[in-house]
Amino acid sequence: MLRADPATLSDDELLERYQRAAFGYFLENVNPDNGLVADTSRPNWPASIAVVGFALSCYPIGVERGWMTREAAVELTLAALRFFLASPQGGGEDVTGHKGFYYHFLDMRTGLRVWRCELSMVDTALLMAGILVAGAYFRGDNAREAEIRHLAEALYRRVDWRWAQGSSPTLRQGWKPKSGFLHYGWEGYNEAIVLYVLSMASPDRPASDDSYEAWTATYQWENIYGHDVLYGGPLFMHQFSHAWIDFAGIRDAFMREKDSDYFENSRRSTYLHRDYARHNPYGFDGYGENLWGLSAGDGPGGFRASVERRTHRFSGYAARGAPFGPDDGTIAPWSYPASLPFAPDICLAALRHLADRYPQVIDDYRLPSGFNPTLANRRRFGGDGWVSEGHYGLDQGIVVMMIENHRSRLIWDLMRCNPHIRRGLGKAGFSGGWLSQPTGPAAGGGDVA
Amino acid sequence: MSRERTWAAAFPVDRNDVELIRGAHPPRWKNPEPDGPYNLVVIGAGPAGLTAARDAASLGAKVALIERGLIGGACINVGCIPSKSIIRTARLYADMRDAESFGGDAPRRLHVDFDRAMMRMRQIRQRISRADSAETIAAEGIDLYFGEARFGGPDTVVVAGKRLHFRKALVATGAHPSGPAIPGLAEAGYLDNESMFNLTECPQRLLVIGGGPLGCETAQAFRLLGAKVILAQSDPMFLPGEERDAAQILSDALAREGIEVRLNTEVVAVRGEGGRKLADLVRDGDTTTISVDEIITGVGRSPNVDGLGLEEADVAYDASGIRVDDYLRTTNPHIYAAGDVCLEYKFTHTAEATARIVVRNALFRGRERLSELVVPWCTYTDPEIAHVGLYPAEARLNGIPVKTYTVLMHDVARAVMDGEEEGFVKIHVREGSDRILGATVVASHAGEMINAVTLAIRSGMGLHALADVIHPFPTQAQGIKMAGDAYRRTRLTSLRRRLAARWLAWSRR
Ligand SMILES: Cc1cc2nc3c(=O)[nH]c(=O)nc-3n(C[C@H](O)[C@H](O)[C@H](O)COP(=O)(O)OP(=O)(O)OC[C@H]3O[C@@H](n4cnc5c(N)ncnc54)[C@H](O)[C@@H]3O)c2cc1C
Repeated sequence: MLRADPATLSDDELLERYQRAAFGYFLENVNPDNGLVADTSRPNWPASIAVVGFALSCYPIGVERGWMTREAAVELTLAALRFFLASPQGGGEDVTGHKGFYYHFLDMRTGLRVWRCELSMVDTALLMAGILVAGAYFRGDNAREAEIRHLAEALYRRVDWRWAQGSSPTLRQGWKPKSGFLHYGWEGYNEAIVLYVLSMASPDRPASDDSYEAWTATYQWENIYGHDVLYGGPLFMHQFSHAWIDFAGIRDAFMREKDSDYFENSRRSTYLHRDYARHNPYGFDGYGENLWGLSAGDGPGGFRASVERRTHRFSGYAARGAPFGPDDGTIAPWSYPASLPFAPDICLAALRHLADRYPQVIDDYRLPSGFNPTLANRRRFGGDGWVSEGHYGLDQGIVVMMIENHRSRLIWDLMRCNPHIRRGLGKAGFSGGWLSQPTGPAAGGGDVA
Repeated sequence: MSRERTWAAAFPVDRNDVELIRGAHPPRWKNPEPDGPYNLVVIGAGPAGLTAARDAASLGAKVALIERGLIGGACINVGCIPSKSIIRTARLYADMRDAESFGGDAPRRLHVDFDRAMMRMRQIRQRISRADSAETIAAEGIDLYFGEARFGGPDTVVVAGKRLHFRKALVATGAHPSGPAIPGLAEAGYLDNESMFNLTECPQRLLVIGGGPLGCETAQAFRLLGAKVILAQSDPMFLPGEERDAAQILSDALAREGIEVRLNTEVVAVRGEGGRKLADLVRDGDTTTISVDEIITGVGRSPNVDGLGLEEADVAYDASGIRVDDYLRTTNPHIYAAGDVCLEYKFTHTAEATARIVVRNALFRGRERLSELVVPWCTYTDPEIAHVGLYPAEARLNGIPVKTYTVLMHDVARAVMDGEEEGFVKIHVREGSDRILGATVVASHAGEMINAVTLAIRSGMGLHALADVIHPFPTQAQGIKMAGDAYRRTRLTSLRRRLAARWLAWSRR
């Protein structure tokens, strides 16, 4: 429930509340001893390395916004970086990572792999992006901030990206000790640009120069509902890499060919999701002008049920997408702040509609991973339908970062000046826009705080 | 494979089958006596062999056609025809279950009469086979021989003790299921396309191995006929090679119908235990064991090249089939091949199209090329998935910039009326032009809809012109035209719009 009436707040006040509420997740769910942050707020849940990447990116925002002290941010950042450097690596069981990559889920206390999960390439990339933010932000000339910079560089440099290509030009998605590389390939556009940029930029163990091109060869440029888009079904695919890199105005070979850029593509994709909800082909409850946004997130669970005489299959945690599905009526409301920089008007309208129409899903300005109004008063669900329990770190992280980029461009400006990011973008063939301007003095440095 | 440990009965199952055999391989058939060389000797009377023999005979050639099994080959007897007949019954049950969404009344308790579904299939198979009966073929002036054919030299074929001399020969021996090499599978017993149509009872729990077209069609049909189906696919998606979104829609549809979808899953071992079959499935290194009544494999078809004496005839081949050039000639310039025995794309329509090329090239010195064929194909799941031409990834790998015009079936009025709005039409054009490179259609009747695109590609018609082709309203095929309309809209540049507005303003004066 919401404590203050959001309708009376200005846009900026409203965003400030959502952003701060999301930021709170990290302080509530971090283990200060090792800097690990829980994947969700549910009891006894393990840490996710990607969520740590988001946390490391959010601490500078917390400092700039006055929600935490610089000392506290340094403390948590150092705890995480020291942990990742010291934790056991190797090809066997009972480790934290291998070849500089990390297992997707780690025990909050011991930091060891749990759930027999995979060594995750993209989640390691999100972690590394956060680590680079820390290295870029903490420019103070004291020993602790210097240690952050040193550790950040060391952690990034030791990731063996070349190894992660296996025998193919594209990067593998994951690896397990017994079975080796997972044979899921990357097909089509998705959230992985930052993975490719970081992997190609590595000074010591870069992915081969053809990797990005091999991946982009699987892109599909489509005219759907009148929008020309580089297609990616779930909205998070159009948000995650963008949390760190400002893609407005810079273009790779593909975008030059299409006379567009990835920022513009995210804008169109956001509108496409809204158009899909207006079409609402399956007749789900609530879908329309101001209720849209299918993404990766929690769901009501795996079951089949008939709603209004149509059989649907409902899923648990899954990637949902538009317009080709899957769609089970579950909306990811954090998509609105996460797409804010691309399409502020429709995102703000949707955010206001949400508070107006579905206040019960919002927990004091903190957004759930998903909710499903179609299930209201069906099966075991109450009048609110299904609402995801607790909160997910990924959702909260992207909310904090994208609201900040919209408000102040803090993360974008920090990463613009990062030499690794610039080199990676260059190797991937990006040029133009801010890449053709020389780097200014590093923003967010010690003198700023 | 030990048949007694499977649920399938022995062929012929019933009177329809006995009739089928009487027409397609008459028990007391007398082979003709060869008299002088043939213009064309055809080995195998499947779609490829039948087409070639008929085309050649109708042009006056002296033709011999040799079949060791049933005329009609895989297609009529153990392939397209039985499978699509059963799929029709399966769709009926799907509609009955969904009756409410069509404004009808669903039966309170749905009883599936499996035996009847299979009987209908056998009736249909027998009926369609009649058009190609031994008698009919002989009456068309073709010398029809039954028996196992093999080459006796570079210009002779031996069958049932007779030597047939030829000027030209065509190998159209098709393919057979290559049983997957899974330890214990053969011992535990399993079905494939050559035995599954002899089922008289529906297995309650069924494991289908392989998520290609055969596996997906089979899994869905048996699910809709009441089996609990587990579909194991070693790849991360179904129909490898098809577009991601097509595979995604199919995988959602299968899951919605209650099929247990196991992607990235390898079946590593099978064993029989107390009348059931236990299968070990491995995913990302983790093993689970499932217990089922029956296993059907839908993976891999290997060309029929053994025992043909290809070496004596100097015809080269390998595991993927007989080696042919673009004119379908083998390494022996007098011997050609067509259909499954030499093609990567194993379909009835490609078998027939290649057979036609062979007749022209072999008998009339034609220069028709395999590479010039525009070949569509379709997987008959619900929704169907049809494709023709290039995939965007193929185009991009060849340096061709590609743009796709997508129409969602939920925007096609007739599809909405029919309750068949799952799917899309995607037409791929060369960026900056309206040249159609290829298309994928996912829709209940995608196989029918793709034809317009094939025709357009074949006749060099662009997407712009396709928008001018009038389609009766309301039809689902309008989805194709709507892609043309979408193309037109993007061509309406602001300059053209301004010019048009100025002209209209002037006309009002
Ligand atoms: C379950 C299933 C479903 C299918 N569904 C479709 C579909 O929907 N659409 C589609 O287009 N395709 C489908 N196919 C594929 C299609 O059946 C084949 O591509 C087609 O039958 C190939 O024709 P063919 O003439 O090359 O070979 P075949 O049909 O295999 O015919 C070859 C013939 O040669 C005979 N022969 C072999 N060796 C000898 C020998 N030494 N001497 C004499 N005779 C010999 C065989 O007995 C056989 O009759 C399906 C296949 C299967 C298994």
